[in-house]
Amino acid sequence: MIFSPTRRHALIGSASLFVAAGLPGWASAATRDPRLVVIILRGALDGLGAVVPVGDPDFFRQRGGLALQTVGDRPALPLDSLFALHPALPTFKKLYDAKQALFVQAVATPYRERSHFDGQDVLESGQPGPGLVRDGWLNRFISALPSRGDRATGEGLGVGATAPLILRGAAPVMGWAPQNIAPASEDLASRLLDLYGQRDPALQKALAQGLHVETLARGAGMDGDQRPKGGPDSIPGMRQAAQGAARLMRAPEGPRIAALSFEGWDTHVNEGPVGGRLSQLLSGLDGAFEELQTGLGDIWGSTMVVVTTEFGRTVRINGTAGADHGVGALALLAGGAVKGGRGIYDWPGLADEKLYEKRDLAPTTDLRAVLKGVLAEHFEAPEKILATNVFPNSAAAKPIAGLAAA
Amino acid sequence: MSISDEKQGFAALARFGFGARGDGDLASARLDPRGFLRAELDQPGAALLAGPGLPSGDASLQTLFTEEDARKAERDRLAQDIATQSKTAQQTTQPAMQAQSIMESAMQASAQPAKPPPRPPSPDQLFFRADAHARFTHAYMARAGMVERLVAFWSNHFAISVAKGGPTRAAAGPFEREAIRPYVLGKFGDMLLAVESHPAMLFYLDNQQSFGPDSPAGQKQKRGRNENLGREILELHTLGVNGGYSQSDVIALSNMLTGWRFAGREGKFGTPGSFIFQANVHEPGAQNLLGADFTGGGEDQARAALLSLAARPETARHVALKLAKHFIDDTPPQALVDRLAHTFFKTGGDLHAVSLALIDSPEAFTAPPTKMRNPWEFCVASTRLLDRAPDDVGPVLSSLSMLGQPLWQPPGPNGFSDDSATWASPEGMKIRMDLASQWTNRLKDPPDPRELLEMAFGAGASEETRKAVARAETKAQGLALLLMAPEAQRR
Repeated sequence: MIFSPTRRHALIGSASLFVAAGLPGWASAATRDPRLVVIILRGALDGLGAVVPVGDPDFFRQRGGLALQTVGDRPALPLDSLFALHPALPTFKKLYDAKQALFVQAVATPYRERSHFDGQDVLESGQPGPGLVRDGWLNRFISALPSRGDRATGEGLGVGATAPLILRGAAPVMGWAPQNIAPASEDLASRLLDLYGQRDPALQKALAQGLHVETLARGAGMDGDQRPKGGPDSIPGMRQAAQGAARLMRAPEGPRIAALSFEGWDTHVNEGPVGGRLSQLLSGLDGAFEELQTGLGDIWGSTMVVVTTEFGRTVRINGTAGADHGVGALALLAGGAVKGGRGIYDWPGLADEKLYEKRDLAPTTDLRAVLKGVLAEHFEAPEKILATNVFPNSAAAKPIAGLAAA
Repeated sequence: MSISDEKQGFAALARFGFGARGDGDLASARLDPRGFLRAELDQPGAALLAGPGLPSGDASLQTLFTEEDARKAERDRLAQDIATQSKTAQQTTQPAMQAQSIMESAMQASAQPAKPPPRPPSPDQLFFRADAHARFTHAYMARAGMVERLVAFWSNHFAISVAKGGPTRAAAGPFEREAIRPYVLGKFGDMLLAVESHPAMLFYLDNQQSFGPDSPAGQKQKRGRNENLGREILELHTLGVNGGYSQSDVIALSNMLTGWRFAGREGKFGTPGSFIFQANVHEPGAQNLLGADFTGGGEDQARAALLSLAARPETARHVALKLAKHFIDDTPPQALVDRLAHTFFKTGGDLHAVSLALIDSPEAFTAPPTKMRNPWEFCVASTRLLDRAPDDVGPVLSSLSMLGQPLWQPPGPNGFSDDSATWASPEGMKIRMDLASQWTNRLKDPPDPRELLEMAFGAGASEETRKAVARAETKAQGLALLLMAPEAQRR
């Protein structure tokens, strides 16, 4: 199908979809071209199963049958004197060795209860507590980004049929998901945009954004068969999502920021250490790292990938060979713009008296300090904006310095 | 009849049902919008769904077990074949070549005898499609569709996901028919009991694998409690996340629920696939839930706890807010929520009374239509408008997946989002348009879009929509605009 600039395009432009706030005090990031991918692992990743504290004297006693071993068929891959990596993450290991990946242990949002949905709301809204879900922190950050010239497009991309909370809000964002259906005619689209323009501006804005992504995707050579290869909890599904995001981000007018959701991390039952549910999921995540690195190509060097989850899992194994919801969690950073090859942690230890409420890894690092560190260095965002607009009431969680490669 | 009466008829069908069918029902609805809806609610057994090809939950699980056994036997046979060949190979092949050649010969052995026909769909897939087809047809045929909207609402409130595995796929349809439909106009407490004891829910939220840590089986097998079901009952099904419970309440309820299971394939404790109480995994002793002691152990302990949760004011408020959000607005008027909660509480969770209170509320017809139709509603409403029900439910199921609401497969136990913003996403709107275009272009004998607009929207149509539809280049394009018009997207 040949695409020519049509009325569709003109309408998108005139709807002034991208209104940058252009807040004062923002060092121009225009000379650099920073890219950010945020991956949310829904269901609470078992951080102690992925980046394993094999050097903690209490670990094997506490974890029992769920503890990953350092010897045997599929041993954990050594990271530093305290931690080793799950063997289903070889790409992450390569990046770590190349100083392009790091991990943050014992990290948590301000949320201290154990509901997935409230936990995800806090993670995505960037608010100090649950219940404030009007918009997401990544959308507020995009709203605050200085405009890049006369771009009529949004800077944010959500992979999936619906936008995750983290991307919802005033700034327009694009959505993309693998699908296999013939596009409607441009004439129908422009008539519908007209009608929405008169009756329902919100629908007009949404449809115009959707159409724009279609154009981008076609430009990126993605107009072939995009049949979904699997759900967001499957290895092919995670790979495909990452591949699509990478190709769109590399397109000439592509988004700079993308959010992906991978699901199914709620490993209450038969988690593994290896050969169980967690191994499968981590393989999918590792595949996503690989697809991003390959797909982003020359912009991988200016990319940061942040992997987060709503909370962690209990230190001890539960009654069904899994782990229940716990507070302290894990975050991962990867990308050519990351100063990697290290772990960031203030390790609380796993002795009984060190556990949070006698069951969970105690959180010692505020996740917002990590995220603010990424935004502050990578995008040169002023701390004041981060502590008010993006993560309200988070002044106490100072951005962690030195996350970005020089 | 005034214009505003006509508009009320349109609003009633849109807000509480699936919109007009285009066969003159709008004319009936506008005479007495509330009466039109009430008649559907009062129709005996309106929510029930039965028919050939729709087995009970235990029957569908039994078929699944039988099929799984057959597959396992087949695998075992294949493994034995390989073992036999391996013995032969040991005598003839060099040891270093052994492993590879065994695999190769096993693969050749299975590939050579004239390629086997593709495996027929498994029983769980067949059951799922039969139930999906029945559900869609029921919604398509419904007069107003309010009862089917309530079914979808409650099914999403007590969400399970077929993605969890075979048992939930096979039992998802039965779950809705057996645990939701009989109670959507009955008592909330009865629905709660039916839901939490249904095999689909017991499997989905892991209660099948929960052991009382001090129960005989828990002690012997060193297995323990799984909190998943107990937590979600408190957080999602009854009190709501701000309902004032703590971790100790989660543990207490989870303990009381130990032993609530369904019988396995061997049928040791009852008919395979049916609910059982397995006493030897039940946590012994009294439990304290929200300050109240539940003493007598056994199956009735959790039953009493669930009924006490159903009767809490927090549950009334939680349900009232969700209903008002679903039917009226993302941020519904507090007065409406209070009224619904009051009715719920006062009537002991009588959902017929609560549904009546909803349509009798003044906001029901005065609040502007801000809510987006979710993908299920969009697909049903579009089919009703075009009056062409598909013979095969497959295209409906793939449309729902593309739009982000695969049937009975929400991302988590909190169900699909009920926010308008979720469904008015860029990707979602574009796919809606592509689907509307595809559907209307495939019509063999398309109706006149202007006439259909009169029949289905009447005075509810805006001038702009009328003009856009009238000026369309083809009938198909006019119909696509009708399906995509704000009047058909919002309710």
